[in-house]
Amino acid sequence: MSSFTLPFFPEEASSIAGEVDAMFAVWLAISLFFTALIAALILIFVVRYRRRADDEVGKSEHAGIWLEVTWSVIPLLIMLAMFAWGAKVFFVAHRAPADAVEYWAFGKQWMWKFQHPEGNREINHLHVPLGQAIKLSMTSEDVIHDFAVPAFRIKQDVNPGTYTFTWFRPTRIGTYHLFCDQYCGAEHSKMVGSVIVMDPRDYAAWLAGGAAAGQSPVAAGAQLFSSLACVTCHEMGPGRFARGPSLQGLFGRQVVLEGGRTVLADEAYIRESIVQPLAKIVKGWQPIMPTYQGQVSEEQLAQLIAFIKSLGNAPAMATGAEHPPGTLAPGDSGITGAASAPAPQK
Amino acid sequence: MDTNSAAALDRPSYLTDGYGWKSWLLTRDHKRIAILYLVSITFFFALGGIFAMLIRLELLTPEGDLVQASTYNKLFTMHGVIMVFLFLIPSIPATLGNFFVPLMIGAKDLAFPRINLLSWYIYILGGAFTLWALIHGGVDTGWTFYTPFSTTYSNTYVVSTALGVFILGFSSILTGLNFIVTIHRMRAPGMTWFRLPLFIWAHYATSLIMVLGTPVIAVTLLMVAVERVLHLGLFDPKLGGDPILFQHLFWFYSHPAVYIMVLPGMGVISELIAAFARKRIYGYRFVAFSSMAIAVLGFLVWGHHLFLTGQSVYAATIFSVISMLVAVPSAIKVFNWTATLYEGSISFQTPMLYALGFIGLFTIGGLTGVMLATLGLDLHVHDTYFIIAHFHYVMVGGTIMAYLGGLHYWWPKMTGKLYAGFASKLSALLVFVGFNLTFFPQFILGYLGMPRRYWTYAPEFQVWNVLSTAGASILGVGYLLPLCYLTWSLFKGKQADANPWGAKGLEWQTTSPPPTYNFDEPVVVTEPPYSYVAEQHVVGQQEVESA
Amino acid sequence: MHSSGHVALQHHFDDLDTQREASTFGMWVFLCTEILFFGGLFLLYVIYRQRFHGVFVQASRHLDVKWGGINTAVLICSSLTMALSIWAAQINRRKLVVVFLLVTMAFGATFLGIKAIEYGDKFHHHLVPGANFHYACPPGEECHPEQAQIFFSLYFCLTGLHAMHMVVGLGILSCLLLPAWRGRYNAEWHNPLECSGLYWHFVDIVWIFLFPLLYLIGRHVA
Repeated sequence: MSSFTLPFFPEEASSIAGEVDAMFAVWLAISLFFTALIAALILIFVVRYRRRADDEVGKSEHAGIWLEVTWSVIPLLIMLAMFAWGAKVFFVAHRAPADAVEYWAFGKQWMWKFQHPEGNREINHLHVPLGQAIKLSMTSEDVIHDFAVPAFRIKQDVNPGTYTFTWFRPTRIGTYHLFCDQYCGAEHSKMVGSVIVMDPRDYAAWLAGGAAAGQSPVAAGAQLFSSLACVTCHEMGPGRFARGPSLQGLFGRQVVLEGGRTVLADEAYIRESIVQPLAKIVKGWQPIMPTYQGQVSEEQLAQLIAFIKSLGNAPAMATGAEHPPGTLAPGDSGITGAASAPAPQK
Repeated sequence: MDTNSAAALDRPSYLTDGYGWKSWLLTRDHKRIAILYLVSITFFFALGGIFAMLIRLELLTPEGDLVQASTYNKLFTMHGVIMVFLFLIPSIPATLGNFFVPLMIGAKDLAFPRINLLSWYIYILGGAFTLWALIHGGVDTGWTFYTPFSTTYSNTYVVSTALGVFILGFSSILTGLNFIVTIHRMRAPGMTWFRLPLFIWAHYATSLIMVLGTPVIAVTLLMVAVERVLHLGLFDPKLGGDPILFQHLFWFYSHPAVYIMVLPGMGVISELIAAFARKRIYGYRFVAFSSMAIAVLGFLVWGHHLFLTGQSVYAATIFSVISMLVAVPSAIKVFNWTATLYEGSISFQTPMLYALGFIGLFTIGGLTGVMLATLGLDLHVHDTYFIIAHFHYVMVGGTIMAYLGGLHYWWPKMTGKLYAGFASKLSALLVFVGFNLTFFPQFILGYLGMPRRYWTYAPEFQVWNVLSTAGASILGVGYLLPLCYLTWSLFKGKQADANPWGAKGLEWQTTSPPPTYNFDEPVVVTEPPYSYVAEQHVVGQQEVESA
Repeated sequence: MHSSGHVALQHHFDDLDTQREASTFGMWVFLCTEILFFGGLFLLYVIYRQRFHGVFVQASRHLDVKWGGINTAVLICSSLTMALSIWAAQINRRKLVVVFLLVTMAFGATFLGIKAIEYGDKFHHHLVPGANFHYACPPGEECHPEQAQIFFSLYFCLTGLHAMHMVVGLGILSCLLLPAWRGRYNAEWHNPLECSGLYWHFVDIVWIFLFPLLYLIGRHVA
């Protein structure tokens, strides 16, 4: 950056950056065309039809309906085409591919905290391997933030109390700006960091030598699961005494609630069930679970979710085998058959 | 000159109808109320402009060296709040609209003169609340008041600012209500709907939004204030509330509000183009209906501010496509204005320069708006300087250009005075050049990824920021000039004729300035608007540029 | 009927008919604004009700249907007497106008009084949102004091805003009393009465929506 540069475009460093830029280039061409057209017409008309005598008046004509239709329909068609293209890119940007590895991000005033699937933690910097699709599950500990990496052409608000997701596949080694794009208070402009894209071998070496290495979220979640004594009610194997529904194979399924409604067991559902256990009662179970609000941090919540996700789907577990006689909660587990494939596991 | 001034004093007008402060502060004359508004919004425009200059100065360097971070946040918040709620929303409707809606339809006054005066007092009260917050330390939430930051985390004067905006809402509701009833019930005999000038159509559409949109933001900001005081939990996730719900309610008003700001400007431009091309606006009905279409569709697009909040992709898709649709009526207007120039008799008076500038800048603002509505592109430029540039192209390049153009066009009618031609053309040029230099670099900054509301920024963004600040200083001079020569014209300007531009429209058929009840004789309308006919001798063409 | 010399005719209207049409129309436009004003709160209520359905049903049991029902009847009667006072003006019965106005105001005051009793009751039971809010969950049911607080927040915002409209309505009616006593409202001209009536009926109708939404629907009568 020592030499004087006049930047126009940010670097393209993700799999969707090229298409976003292409779309922008097409829009730019369309805009230039119409702006030039209007400007040229105005210039030609004002010169050609400039007033030559004080009492001169213009020649009024009635509107030509076909002219009006033309200049309504042509812009409309162009916009609809661009809309379709934009929606396509947007959908791609919202659907993480099957091979995506899940990382966690936590926004708080005014820093970013990241957790790798291997357990490494970072603050304001995120190291990722080149070519690997990364799915970020994000939440905020206070106000609304926004995770934005211009070089990847992605951006996603990070909300308190729920999870949002984004994903990217880095395509170029380098260090890229990470910005908070949603105004979040005094040091908003300091809530910046970087995403460091590394060669996979370098990344492995970095992981191994990382000072901040720790347990993986799944392992940490498993430990929490026992230290918080979750396991006393949510038994992990068949045939044991249970006061709460089994969590085996829960993630990604439809859960039948008391009152007949069903809900998808996603991150937000599991989070709510830990923080506000009585908000949604699984059909056939008693509302006896205490709240864990304030007892577990956002990061611990994420670890618990990661652990519950890791329990995978074990179809045998979801059948009636887990209801021993004399339990507090007769009835089925509330978990219907595998409605959808569970989220990809690492 | 002196004899002219003396003659002006002899001729009775709304300006000579009482001189004491009571005759102004207790007036029910829509023209005097318009002047009251004009003075007030000029004050707030200057205040908001000072904040803008401080913002630009801070951004001259990547480091935060001029002011503290918290001060910077207050600067852009107060800039936004003042410019949006205290300047842009009332700008054209409350001044030019107040003055000319009754004149252009041949009415003696607005339907509810006392409510009109009340709306000004409410405006002043709301402004006082906002100023109170400002003097006591300001507010740092951004003009959007996003929860839960505004309700729980900010420790600045959110409540009084929110209440100020709440109060201002009623000023704008009452103005809109007055316009709707006036346009429906007070038209002169023969003034049918399709003989209304397009300025009136635009104000009618604007009034609909004012009446239907403003109460929603009023009650939403009231909730923010109550939530802040009592911690109800309506928008606080820790108490079970949903902060995104606030954004829905906020933008349900605040997106239509940008049409409150720009539609009257479009109305002004239609008048200017017609007057200075001496021609009926091409596709009059299309332009009229496009205002209505914008007002209606404008209520259905608020979700495009929430593309990245985690709302469902399907909702985003629907909001995206409707946002594209709302661009069609805007495009129709631009094409029709351009077509009006064809075979016109075009003169390059100052108002026309503003009008031509408006068309160009609004075209860029509109096209970049459609880019932002494109989902995949918004993914990259949302909340960056791209959006800052876009809405300044529409709000400053659009609304303020139209406001200045309209002010120059009707100044002789409002004050009875002519202003200096050279200075006014120079200022139009400075505004155009300064504006583009200020805001065009921000498009590039936005695409590079520079986020909005940043006190410090990455060094590679500096070059464009320096250009932008340089442009802002030119723009500032461009805005100061009219203040000087227009004020000067009040004292030293030549007396204006009834119709110095040789324009059509009822407002030009009465004296300059008009008498208290607008017309000395009953008005009967017999022809469509902008009926410029070649055979007819245009009377009263005055050499305006020689003052 | 053109009455260009009428005392009520304002300077900028040509005749009394135009003036009447303008003010009635203006009141309708204002009521559209009011609908949207309440609409924001109604929207919040509907969304949170859908989200926290169980707790909203539970919390609504703390509202007193008896008082709410009486208030509904009171307001409907007040709308009737309001309409009757306009009718009295139309048949030039000066004193009857005043009587019906007074009865309407009495009904309005009764409504506010009952509302005050209800508010006092909520205050007594610590159901007013804020620092002193304390919600005791019924045993054996789902327990979300924070969701109940949102219910009561919306209850107080909606009914409070409505009550404020009632107060304004009472103010308007009291301003009409003296002119009515002086016989200003008659068959030829009673527009202020009519516009105030529109406003009064609107406030009444808002309550007609509030009562079932807050007090009745989803309620399990044990």
